[in-house]
Amino acid sequence: MSWDPIVTIAAAVNSKKTSAKEQVEKALLAIDAGNEFDAIIAKTEDRALQRATEIDEKVNRGENAGRLAGVPFIAKDNFLTFGSETTAASNILRGFKAPYQATAIERLEAEGAICVAKANLDAFAHGSSTENSDFMVTKNPHDKSRVPGGSSGGSAAAVILDMAPFALGTDTGGSIRLPASFCGAVGHKPSYGLVSRSGVVAMASSTDVIGPLTKTVEDAAIVLDVMSGRDDFDATTIEKDPEGYADLPNCDFKSLKVGIIKEYFGEGLEQGVRSAIDTRIDAMRAAGATIEEVSLPSLPLALAVYYIVCPAEVTSNLARYDGQRYGYSEKDAKSLDDSYELSRSHGFGAEAKRRIMVGTYVLSSGYYDAYYRKAQTVRTKIIKEFADAFSRFDVLVGPTAPMTAFKIGANTDDPLKMYLTDIMTVAANMAGIPSISVPAGDADGLPVGIQLLGAARSDRQLLSIAKGVEKL
Amino acid sequence: MSTLSREDVLKLARLSRLTLTDEEVERYQKELSEILNYVAMLNNADVSGEKPTYQVTGLENVTRKDEIRHDGPYAASQNELLNNAPRSQEDQFKVSRMIG
Repeated sequence: MSWDPIVTIAAAVNSKKTSAKEQVEKALLAIDAGNEFDAIIAKTEDRALQRATEIDEKVNRGENAGRLAGVPFIAKDNFLTFGSETTAASNILRGFKAPYQATAIERLEAEGAICVAKANLDAFAHGSSTENSDFMVTKNPHDKSRVPGGSSGGSAAAVILDMAPFALGTDTGGSIRLPASFCGAVGHKPSYGLVSRSGVVAMASSTDVIGPLTKTVEDAAIVLDVMSGRDDFDATTIEKDPEGYADLPNCDFKSLKVGIIKEYFGEGLEQGVRSAIDTRIDAMRAAGATIEEVSLPSLPLALAVYYIVCPAEVTSNLARYDGQRYGYSEKDAKSLDDSYELSRSHGFGAEAKRRIMVGTYVLSSGYYDAYYRKAQTVRTKIIKEFADAFSRFDVLVGPTAPMTAFKIGANTDDPLKMYLTDIMTVAANMAGIPSISVPAGDADGLPVGIQLLGAARSDRQLLSIAKGVEKL
Repeated sequence: MSTLSREDVLKLARLSRLTLTDEEVERYQKELSEILNYVAMLNNADVSGEKPTYQVTGLENVTRKDEIRHDGPYAASQNELLNNAPRSQEDQFKVSRMIG
């Protein structure tokens, strides 16, 4: 069972060739059929069917039900949605019912899209494998003994399992691109600020972005087009491209200048991944692109920058989970302090606690300058090196990850080893530039993703290049 | 490699409003030390002449009209906002006594 392109589905619903109800039922069946992969935390069945009815009635009245009419989608469970709980896969938010929906969700619904389920993730998006989910570990659709990547592992698996034409993820250090690479999906991390973060559980506010996971670049682009643009409820949002992202120009490889990121092809890169990426680069060369190596000397520091800045912002953003206004609250707490400490200690998982404490450390008096301020200054160097590279190249290229999907349990005893999974994805987050992972063949039967990076706000150009690379 | 002491971890926990078991203190001592030692590679980074970046958009002073909104997050009623509270009374969140 598979899905037509999103534009085709919407056109079919709007012209009554099919109904929104049929599309939703198809998605719900696929979700049940893929139960063993543990990609889904909860279905939003009742609300989805109700919305489908509304959309079908609208169509019957002769009205256009939107550019995404009747298109089902799955949202990572850190998006606030109606229709089910929103848990961020954490025990501390079990039972939480969102009083409003994320702007991204509202915009998709306004164009007729229908949320059918919430996808599993590493709790609070802290992780690279979904093994930090407080509820269950999602299995990679290609090999059940392996992880789907994270933190948007449930979203990536759901798309590959054909549970819906698209899923939503978030990417703070690689969490859309990495699971896309491990599962064989397309995962786009937009420019920072392009999609509103209002109504999405905050992780690191200076790098969090929302983005689509799909099977094709064209579908990802349409979803981005609908979600993107300034939002009054998120003051960090930027204007979307005046030409939008839906009608992408064809990629003219002959006029393309491609930079291969030297620092992403070092010792740690698995041979199978290297071969797959090289093959795709050769294809770009054969299509006429000018290919050159480029060095960004600060990139080896990017992971250290990320694991200072991110926990610092996490510790601030998780301070709100204090057991008083929502979320888990310790019943037998004898005082306010007790209530704070016990609610948090019993509600948060180990990775959340690790990141909270690292963040507290690097922000504390006496350490702030050496760690946080220093990291944010190295960040400036990373930004400048990317800007310099983009003055000479249209797009930069490298693997999305040093390895293919690893076995469940392989890295769970060693937090630092797990962090190294992100080594190629974090720099784009620190710089706020767009980056997309596109399937690029496989290594020993496991998917490999090629990562394309563009200058800040160049999502339209990047997506059209990705669409070209996808077809090679 | 430098290691956080037991007291260091307990202090961090207290600042973070977390209570840890003895087993957790020992485990986090080791794990946090490893992480902090990794990120310490920035100590040698040369950043002369550079300023810190706190946000990448370059936006400044984004304002909105001073008027009441009833859409998006503001569509939720007071009741809906109190729905998830563990304890509430007379339209307010209820917490343990903190003074006296």
